Amino acid sequence: MRFSGLRVLKEGLTGNKGWGPHWRDPEPKAEYDIVIIGGGGHGLSTAYYLAREHGLKNIAVLEKGYIGGGNVGRNTTIVRANYFLPGNSEFYSHSLKLWEGLEEDLNYNVMHSQRGLINLFHSDGQRDAFARRGNAMINQGDDAILLSREGVRKHLPYLDFDNVRFPIYGGLYHPRGGTARHDAVAWGYARGASDRGVDIIQNCEVTGIDREGGRVTGVQTSRGGIRAKKVAIVVAGRSGQVAAMAGMRLPIESHVLQAFVTEGLKPVIDHVISFGMGHFYISQSDKGGLVFGGDLDMYASYAQRGNLPLVEHVMEAGMTLMPMIGKARVLRSWGGIMDMTPDGSPIIDKTDIDGLYIDCGWCYGGFKAVPASGNCFAHLVATDRPHPAAERFRLDRFRTGNGLMDEEGTGSQHNLH
Amino acid sequence: MRLTCPICGERDRREFYYKGDAVAEHRPDPDAGEAAWDDYVHLRDNPAGVTRDLWYHEMGCNAWVVVTRNTLTHEVIETRLATGGGA
Amino acid sequence: MRIAGKGLIDRTDAVQFSFDGRMFQGYRGDTLASALLANGQHLVGRSFKYHRPRGILTSGSEEPNALVTVGRGGRQSPNVRATVQEIHDGLEARSQNRWPSLNFDVMAVNDLASPFLGAGFYYKTFMYPRAFWEKLYEPVIRRAAGLGALSGANNTDRYDRAFAFCDLLVIGAGPTGLMAALTAARAGADVILADEDFRMGGRLLAETDQIDGQPAHDWARDILEELAEMDNVRLMPRTNVFGAYDQGTYGALERLEHHTATRRAGAPVECYWRIVARQAVLAAGSIERPIAFRNNDRPGIMTAGAVRSYLNRWGVAPGKRVAVFSNNDDGLRTARDLVAAGVHVSALIDSRHDAPDLPAELRGLRYVKGAKVCDSGGRLRVDRVTYRSVSGEDSVQADCLAMAGGWNPTVHLTCHMNGRPVWNEDIQSFVPAQGAVPGLHPAGACNGVFSTLACLRDGQRAAIDALGAIGITATAGDLPRAEDAPYRITPLWAVPGKGRAWLDFQNDVTVKDVKQAATENFRSVEHMKRYTTQGMATDQGKNSNVAALAVLADVTGRGIPETGTTTFRPPFSPVSIAALGGPGQGKGFAPQRFTTSHKASVEASAPMIEAGLWYRPSYFPAPGETTWRQSCDREVGMVRNTVGVCDVSTLGKIDIQGKDAGAFLDFVYTNTFSTLKVGRVRYGLMLREDGFVMDDGTTARLGETHYVMTTTTAAAGEVMRHLEFARQALLPDMDVTLMSVTEQWAQFAIAGPKSRALLDDLLDDPLAEGDWPFMACGPVTVSGVQGRLFRISFSGEHAYELAVPARYGDSLFRALVDQAKALGGGAYGMEALNVLRIEKGFITHAEIHGRITADDLGMGGMVSQKKDCIGKTMSERPGLSGPSREQLVGLRPVGEVKQLTAGAHLFEPEAEATRENDQGYVTSVCYSPTLGTMLGMGFLKNGIARIGEKVRMVDHLRDVEAICEVTHPVVFDPEGGRVRG
Repeated sequence: MRFSGLRVLKEGLTGNKGWGPHWRDPEPKAEYDIVIIGGGGHGLSTAYYLAREHGLKNIAVLEKGYIGGGNVGRNTTIVRANYFLPGNSEFYSHSLKLWEGLEEDLNYNVMHSQRGLINLFHSDGQRDAFARRGNAMINQGDDAILLSREGVRKHLPYLDFDNVRFPIYGGLYHPRGGTARHDAVAWGYARGASDRGVDIIQNCEVTGIDREGGRVTGVQTSRGGIRAKKVAIVVAGRSGQVAAMAGMRLPIESHVLQAFVTEGLKPVIDHVISFGMGHFYISQSDKGGLVFGGDLDMYASYAQRGNLPLVEHVMEAGMTLMPMIGKARVLRSWGGIMDMTPDGSPIIDKTDIDGLYIDCGWCYGGFKAVPASGNCFAHLVATDRPHPAAERFRLDRFRTGNGLMDEEGTGSQHNLH
Repeated sequence: MRLTCPICGERDRREFYYKGDAVAEHRPDPDAGEAAWDDYVHLRDNPAGVTRDLWYHEMGCNAWVVVTRNTLTHEVIETRLATGGGA
Repeated sequence: MRIAGKGLIDRTDAVQFSFDGRMFQGYRGDTLASALLANGQHLVGRSFKYHRPRGILTSGSEEPNALVTVGRGGRQSPNVRATVQEIHDGLEARSQNRWPSLNFDVMAVNDLASPFLGAGFYYKTFMYPRAFWEKLYEPVIRRAAGLGALSGANNTDRYDRAFAFCDLLVIGAGPTGLMAALTAARAGADVILADEDFRMGGRLLAETDQIDGQPAHDWARDILEELAEMDNVRLMPRTNVFGAYDQGTYGALERLEHHTATRRAGAPVECYWRIVARQAVLAAGSIERPIAFRNNDRPGIMTAGAVRSYLNRWGVAPGKRVAVFSNNDDGLRTARDLVAAGVHVSALIDSRHDAPDLPAELRGLRYVKGAKVCDSGGRLRVDRVTYRSVSGEDSVQADCLAMAGGWNPTVHLTCHMNGRPVWNEDIQSFVPAQGAVPGLHPAGACNGVFSTLACLRDGQRAAIDALGAIGITATAGDLPRAEDAPYRITPLWAVPGKGRAWLDFQNDVTVKDVKQAATENFRSVEHMKRYTTQGMATDQGKNSNVAALAVLADVTGRGIPETGTTTFRPPFSPVSIAALGGPGQGKGFAPQRFTTSHKASVEASAPMIEAGLWYRPSYFPAPGETTWRQSCDREVGMVRNTVGVCDVSTLGKIDIQGKDAGAFLDFVYTNTFSTLKVGRVRYGLMLREDGFVMDDGTTARLGETHYVMTTTTAAAGEVMRHLEFARQALLPDMDVTLMSVTEQWAQFAIAGPKSRALLDDLLDDPLAEGDWPFMACGPVTVSGVQGRLFRISFSGEHAYELAVPARYGDSLFRALVDQAKALGGGAYGMEALNVLRIEKGFITHAEIHGRITADDLGMGGMVSQKKDCIGKTMSERPGLSGPSREQLVGLRPVGEVKQLTAGAHLFEPEAEATRENDQGYVTSVCYSPTLGTMLGMGFLKNGIARIGEKVRMVDHLRDVEAICEVTHPVVFDPEGGRVRG
């Protein structure tokens, strides 16, 4: 069923009786050409692009819980293409372009809103580093504007320009940056994939990966064995456990990242803003809540919840930067599991096992990557060749040191990216 | 979150710096080979359950502490001083 | 209206307050909600989506409807629960989310359009044409959404924070909590008793029950008096224990100044507590649920518990004709209290066919068993309710309806560590899972135990259990006599029928929406929540979750336990950003570190800039100078020609002592330090274990077993951690100790051709000729003070650094600057320091930014091949060296454009400026007054081999393009004659 304003009108007039499931809930078949482990944003978009761009139909997405229940449903919804190292630059640029056509493509309103992102800087050194970044963005064909302090003031007059601990020197403005309605991205891809014949199977936990002579043959699940010619692992927050089923050890340490939303408020913050002297980023959702977050709690965790020291740090950053948000009340806090790699950049690659592919290590940048990750992973799984926009996301780069993409410059300590 | 420093006793998490997996204690020989070093610097067991990791009592006595912890529940099971590859 | 003689308010203390500009009167002890109801004001807000009129639903912090804005400007607080806000003289409350007025809200037109605005409608529309989303649809949606508004003014209130420790934290001071606290306190434990309410007692304040033959609230008062007298007890009213965290840490927010007309000057309005409790008892009570039926959202329709609260605690009759609708015995209890207070009860409608018979005192009441309220009438307030029984439909007049849908234990804190509550068939609700939060013992109503006596008993039991776990023996004293009625309930979630029946009042989620979500395959409870927004309002589903999930379970043909629940997460009640982060406002965000020369620098009008946590002088303006460049150029010239003085104390200084100190340094530096002679200094390069450069600096050997290392300002902490790690975890057998002495020594650079002359004048003994070659170090005395002198240079000039104990820093700096001035020099700041180092090709963290190897810096030869060191093995990975990498070079503009900018990228002169053609980037630039040109440093692919070639620098952001010559990084005095001379 095609969604449109007309359809909403028609259904409204006829008692909303015509709406059907957004995606089918089939029983798993005994065999598929491709089994995708993980029904998060990345897994669903992989399935979608496999079906749409590569004409493949016999695909299953296996999800141990409900689709979209992982990080795609627990992030701060920011979409941007403001990386500066080769590899990341072309990939996130590709992703942003996919975002820009996503509603039409999916026929699903994911509320991608290009509200503009402003990264603030607070010293000459930071300005230079952001200038390097901004120039790299333009070299890539994306947009960036270097704002002076007065330029920032025009966009964000409510920041504390006078009494702040780290004065605002300026900002790097990325007008095409913005936000999207995170859950809808998962649902939209699920619907698109399901409509193209992909079986989305919820409550189906993979418990083993079957191999024969160096080749993958299928998976064992809580709902029985499923044979498959190719298996694609895309399970952020569980990458290590699932890879271990195939005898692999990954360059990943999983950490908790907290995020926060306030009670609904009338519009007050129009942009996405990030602070340069301590992790803090904020935007306001269409529903009115201020959505914001900060740095990792800084200890390995799968608990999907954090502790108070980081909460305080994030709130303090908000208060030093924009004390006008002080009276907004935090309504809910939550945590996601971030698969941190030694250079802070992801992996989309084949494995040493024929027919087994992995897409992982998104650290805390996975949401904006959802379209391109699925698009590039689908390309790899379908053709056995990396997509040009993701050819640097190699698993062996750590071993060889070739093509590391350490945007933060913090080195191989996983949690520092 | 609170951790017991073997020297100072139970302290708030705020006093500690976190490094990562306690594998860092077991530095390979310089000529141990590429795989051993890749293992040491990059690859991680990353268990969803009991793990051992390294914390530094930076706002306290400067001790490096190996903490045996559960990553699912945040239960702290044991702490000991890092002593260079001790069990 | 108020009922004479009833309630726990102080009728001698009248309070004047305003709501939407109208003045009202209440009494001390009133909440805003009770005072408004006493004045007959039921309509207090509008719902989120349909802007339906909304009244007060509850009497607690879970209130979804009665949200108001309090205060103005820097004190304006939106979304304040009228049910929690205490009134005080001058309190100014305003309704929200309505325009132009609460009575007439234009956006109420949404209600008419509701067929088109059902669950998730926005996912299906507003897509075409694409540009309309940001330009039209979204701005309209955003303006319509939201509840209250921030004023836009900066917060002007002060917020405090504190830690507290105790043996037992008791959360909630109703019968259970009081009994738990009393039991523990009498056993000698350190007890904190915290309650959200300003008056402790919980439901004992709201019911007409008796304990030990006296009114329950009097019993509570007596217990509280006993507790208040005990040194081992801290009572914390107005305290929202909002979160359970690891190892017995609880977050709590205490309201301090929201209830007073005259705030104490400078006093914090709230205090955020981190309570570390060895054990805790959760006695949070329970929350009554509404029943879903058509138009159950009209003002005047309230929970029955709230009706009794307003009646008994505040002496307010919430209506003249009150109807009661119940699926459990609370209906009778409510009717009994109303009748006893002289309020007319127009009907008691009990959905149970087997509901108990009327007690004698209620004879004559219209009592309908086995009936369900199926509709309500009225516009801004309910005026009629319709109910359906086997004998058909009937209506009664009612300006208030009390809904008793049963009680949901307040399990929230037990979910904060991912504990999933367990369905309990007897009470038709969820109870806490055992051990969900280590050390937290649920008791009383939040544990599914409802009679007063059972709560008292459970509170006592929980305290004994909790203390037992930490080795404190508490004894079970005799329990007082109290009500012990059984809890009899027949589940009723939603009354079948047409029309819209509300589940989530604030977010306008109806039974229909949940059903539609299920039809559209949002059948998982998490999907249903996210698709309909049920449970995402400010009450986080406290009023609606269980019923919504029951409806979902019903429509999907699953049981409630199988359907499962969504998760409650912190905070229990919302907490303001300022409360959690207020101390960070302004300068409070991070510590400020000042050098000993700070005061003298400020006196010299030097602009102080942030360098990490430190402040350092940017430049020292001389009379007549109007731009920073003038000062900077002069200071550079000073150092090159006479002498300059600069505070370098912010560099990290680490004292390293022990028999194995040399061997230790050999392991942490790429180059060798064990061979360094006593009295000499060496430049060292330090790698991370992954082979990239971590830091650089000089280390001096002061004695056979004694070195002092300097680090960069930025990396001081990181290097200290790194060294301690190497010492403790990697080299535990070495005899070496480390101590940060950064703050113990004030250290100043004295640089320039006349530096030696300056020191000869200043030091107690002139420097002996020949004893102080470049890179020498040793002890000196200044005015009798023992100091250390290092002949090192970050400027390329003949230079020294002189260190004295920090307490002499201020006077030494002043003396040095005076001496320098006498010699034609003076103090110089960061700008000049930066120029001097760029002229000499010295690197800072602009260059060693974490992605750079020794080879990239042209320092590959510094990685000794004779020994192991941290980072050596990984630095030998194929990807970490060679011409494919970007290498450090100097840059000098040679085309028409003479400007260079840091952050620009480098290209072949004719190549298009694209990522594919990118050859490198510029890290540092300066105008060199010495050479009369701009100079740059940067990284260029295969740069060392390209010295002498031309590249094009492109800075799109600043619109600068310049042709540059690639040079060696060291452009001034490359032979180093000046530094040695």
